[in-house]
Amino acid sequence: MTVTVERGGRVVEKDSGPKPPRRPRDSYALFLLPGALAFLAVVVVPFLMNTGVSFTDWQGVGSPEWSGLANYRELMDDSEFWASFRHSLFMVVAMAAVPTVIGLVLAAALFDYVGKHFGTRTAAVLRACFYLPQVLPIAVAGIVWSWILAPDNGSLNELLKAVGLESFQQDWLGDPDFALYSVMGVMVWVQIGFPLVVFMSGLQRVDPQLYEAAELDGAGWWRRFWHITLPQIRPEIYVVLLWCTIAALKVFGAVYVLTKGGPGGETNVPSYFSFTTFFEKTQVGYGAAISTVLTVIILALALVGLKLQTRAEDAEEGLRV
Amino acid sequence: MTAVRRYPILVALFIGALFMVLPFLIVAVNAVKSPAEYSANGPLSLPEGLYLDGLKDFWERVDFGQKLINSVLISGSVALGAVVLSVLNAYAIGIGRIQGRTWVLAFFVLANMLPQEALVYPIYYLSKEAGIYDTRLSVIIVFTVIQAAFGTYLLSSILGQFPREIIEAARIDGANKWQVLWRIVVPVSRPTIGVLLVLFFIWTWNEFLLPLVMLISNDNQTVSVALGVLQGQRLMDATMTNAAALLGVLPAIVFFLVFQRTLTRGIAVGAVK
Repeated sequence: MTVTVERGGRVVEKDSGPKPPRRPRDSYALFLLPGALAFLAVVVVPFLMNTGVSFTDWQGVGSPEWSGLANYRELMDDSEFWASFRHSLFMVVAMAAVPTVIGLVLAAALFDYVGKHFGTRTAAVLRACFYLPQVLPIAVAGIVWSWILAPDNGSLNELLKAVGLESFQQDWLGDPDFALYSVMGVMVWVQIGFPLVVFMSGLQRVDPQLYEAAELDGAGWWRRFWHITLPQIRPEIYVVLLWCTIAALKVFGAVYVLTKGGPGGETNVPSYFSFTTFFEKTQVGYGAAISTVLTVIILALALVGLKLQTRAEDAEEGLRV
Repeated sequence: MTAVRRYPILVALFIGALFMVLPFLIVAVNAVKSPAEYSANGPLSLPEGLYLDGLKDFWERVDFGQKLINSVLISGSVALGAVVLSVLNAYAIGIGRIQGRTWVLAFFVLANMLPQEALVYPIYYLSKEAGIYDTRLSVIIVFTVIQAAFGTYLLSSILGQFPREIIEAARIDGANKWQVLWRIVVPVSRPTIGVLLVLFFIWTWNEFLLPLVMLISNDNQTVSVALGVLQGQRLMDATMTNAAALLGVLPAIVFFLVFQRTLTRGIAVGAVK
């Protein structure tokens, strides 16, 4: 006999000899216990603390002083805060929009042309080259690029000189007019591999007969790309856009290593802004408010994305049943 | 498609690919130049000989061996711990189908997306209170949990499709839940678990913000943090920068070559699930 007592989702099972596997599901909750405790300690409690601190005035020592919405009111008038989120939008372009578009074209070209005419091995080698920056620690990528983009003796400026384009030489990361675009360029380089790999695996799902039929009907490459490839891998495109947008909003390491938010705050982003507010200015309450705003934006995006995904899955299951 | 129209695209793709790996090549070329040669010929010339003292100096100056050990220790422990935690969670959600599992799963997904900026100060503060600040253990604990959020999500959706007959048959034969988990579910899910181990290892290796905050003493720092901090201080000359970059790039390339197949498959599976 199994005696299960349920109270608020918590389940207690009394073991009494061999039991029929009739309602086995409830006692499985015990397997969730270590995970639940660990997440409570490392994610839930710190997150609630951070949110709580954002309503206080606190320097990290002594006891926090309740200040209500003062930090958030201050944020609204803080031009540095608005600038950091404006730069976030540039990061979304560099890490989500551009890599998705380039990734789509590259994936289709690798899959369609190279895979079919030159063998999947060639396609795999090319894919590996594009994917390589993705496994690199961002700190290392930052070292590589800040050296390449250095004003004196940097490879890019040397290269421009070698081909006679000296007038195009710049202090790529030090000039307020160029720094943000340089960081964006580096992020495109870092990010491209991810959409490419996801899209290429998505393309393997597409029925080749669709392409053959379209080709017989006289559809050119672009039309097939537009009317078959894109609609068929739409789920992948959504997921990639969502993940990359969230990654772009979180970007920290690249800014830390490449520019430290400079020159003159021109490449400051919310995560770097909250980091310096926490640990350099030690205005913990204010830093917590910045990170809370960032969290709300990311979670809202994630919820919308999740909802779209479950709806798509439900529709798919409805078709199967 | 005629050959004439085919080759320009292939050539364009190869140029694109070359552009992607070019930074690695430039770094490798310049890491083996002597400072004199570098200042005489600039970054674009080919090295005249193999000058390894720069690499050796850098290695000794930052105690790179210790950094590698720290990174391997932290990433390895996190990979193992996070997989165990993910398997336990996913067993309850995917196979146990506990009540409210949709909400539990949604919680893990959101925990996975949470920016670390919203956790970093309390974690910093709490670990100081607990007396584990600036220890590798603190970073291992934090990342075991953070990575397990993704693992739980991925494994739950895979275990949700696990053939129920196998489990019911084992239960009728008298196996308890632990035996079902370790003798049936884990062995059958080995491919996914392998992917998770690789992803967790590399992700943790590459982590920057939390290790930067948590590991301040030289003896505990990871490769990523040590190189990032050095770069941030702007104290390195060109030769040293290249030595640092090359030594930072090499482990990543090794992982990439060893795990390439698992990685690309894993990324794709993870994204679509």
